[in-house]
Amino acid sequence: MAMVTFTENIQRHVPCPATEAAGATVREVLDNVFAANPQARAYVLDDQSALRRHMTIFVDGAVIRDRTRLSDPVTAGSRIYIFQALSGG
Amino acid sequence: MGDKLLVSTRKGLFWVQRTNSKWDIDRVDFLGDNVTLTLTDPRDGRHYAALDHGHFGVKVHRSTATGWEEIATPAYPPKPEGLEENDMWGRPLPWSTVRIWALAAGVADEPGVLWCGTIPGGLFRSTDHGSSWQMIRSLWDHPKRKKWMGGGADLPGIHSILVDPRNSKRVWIAVSTGGIWLTEDAGASWVQRGEGMRADHVPPELTHDPIAQDVHCLVQCPAYANRMWVQHHNGIFVSSDEGRTFTEIKQAGPSTFGFPVAVHPREPDTAWFIPEIKDEKRIPRDGRLVVTRTRDGARTFDVLTRGLPQHHAYDIVYRHGFAIDPTGERLAFGSTTGGLWVSEDQGDSWTGISHNLPPVYAVRFAA
Repeated sequence: MAMVTFTENIQRHVPCPATEAAGATVREVLDNVFAANPQARAYVLDDQSALRRHMTIFVDGAVIRDRTRLSDPVTAGSRIYIFQALSGG
Repeated sequence: MGDKLLVSTRKGLFWVQRTNSKWDIDRVDFLGDNVTLTLTDPRDGRHYAALDHGHFGVKVHRSTATGWEEIATPAYPPKPEGLEENDMWGRPLPWSTVRIWALAAGVADEPGVLWCGTIPGGLFRSTDHGSSWQMIRSLWDHPKRKKWMGGGADLPGIHSILVDPRNSKRVWIAVSTGGIWLTEDAGASWVQRGEGMRADHVPPELTHDPIAQDVHCLVQCPAYANRMWVQHHNGIFVSSDEGRTFTEIKQAGPSTFGFPVAVHPREPDTAWFIPEIKDEKRIPRDGRLVVTRTRDGARTFDVLTRGLPQHHAYDIVYRHGFAIDPTGERLAFGSTTGGLWVSEDQGDSWTGISHNLPPVYAVRFAA
């Protein structure tokens, strides 16, 4: 199981507690996370299920490379962080 | 009589209430968040608010007895594998709701029906008060939809939706840029409208093409639905045949350029505009904020200034930032520099409610 942690900024809009989820890719893990928390899905992914433009995901300290299909591999014990840019005013 | 205003701003939704003949802010919701548009459904009093959370996307909230609940956001269908569709700048066109730019209620015989226009050009319909939305595929898949272009925004969008008060199956939309479109079968098929409008910022062969028109705002007189007014990138146009043909109005006070237009609910010849110097500057002429009003179908215009700043005022009023109440007596508008004004005498005089709001995106009478 991978451990998934969300940015604090998202919590104001929709509760996203840190959670464990299974999966061999980022997509599989997130599908499991959002199955349990469907409202959060559209805060992280766009209408085509790609990562929103100003969101980013780290897997074990590295930014994922496939922002469209989320095919980056995940291993049991991986730590996944979902963050957003802090631009704007 | 409109006694309550919903003011959508960059940093929250402000409720402005008239009490004992005085208007004041009495509540703020979503403080700190970008509220881009509201709708109050006259059939049941429900309020809807569109929010843009930036990184987290666009969301829609609906009022409840105790506050707000997040409901479905109109979402684009899966983009077909291998389909390449670029915007006018050659970048991939997102099949994703970038902004909610129009919200409209259906008429009385279809409770729960809402319409929603978006950037980059998708039109959506709900039959359950916004709990779910269906994209109008006949419009999105229309071959001419791909000729829509960005105007004020990089991407094209639907900013005006008019449901025919006489027949709920007839709906007009206006697109920046893409002109005016009409369905007469509740969205199953669409035809272009808007002959007679003129765009002088496109190549000459497109100047009079209805699809090339940058309509900024389209309104219809509810009691005389044949009458429509357009504030266009090129000026003011009026139609007396429900948008089939338009006539250009070449003189209207300091300028015919602007974004919003309001029409009297029962007097089709009475309409209001908020002029700016076109279009490379977009500021009030001579630093004077004015409203222009015609009562005779645009033969003549009054320039209304009483109560409005006339010295170094650079307020811009966006297309959804101007509202008229159901009586036609009260008007209100909010500006990019945080000003909010109300008139109770058809614009003859104005009262400033605030000069310190966040940038105002939309003003609507709610009751």
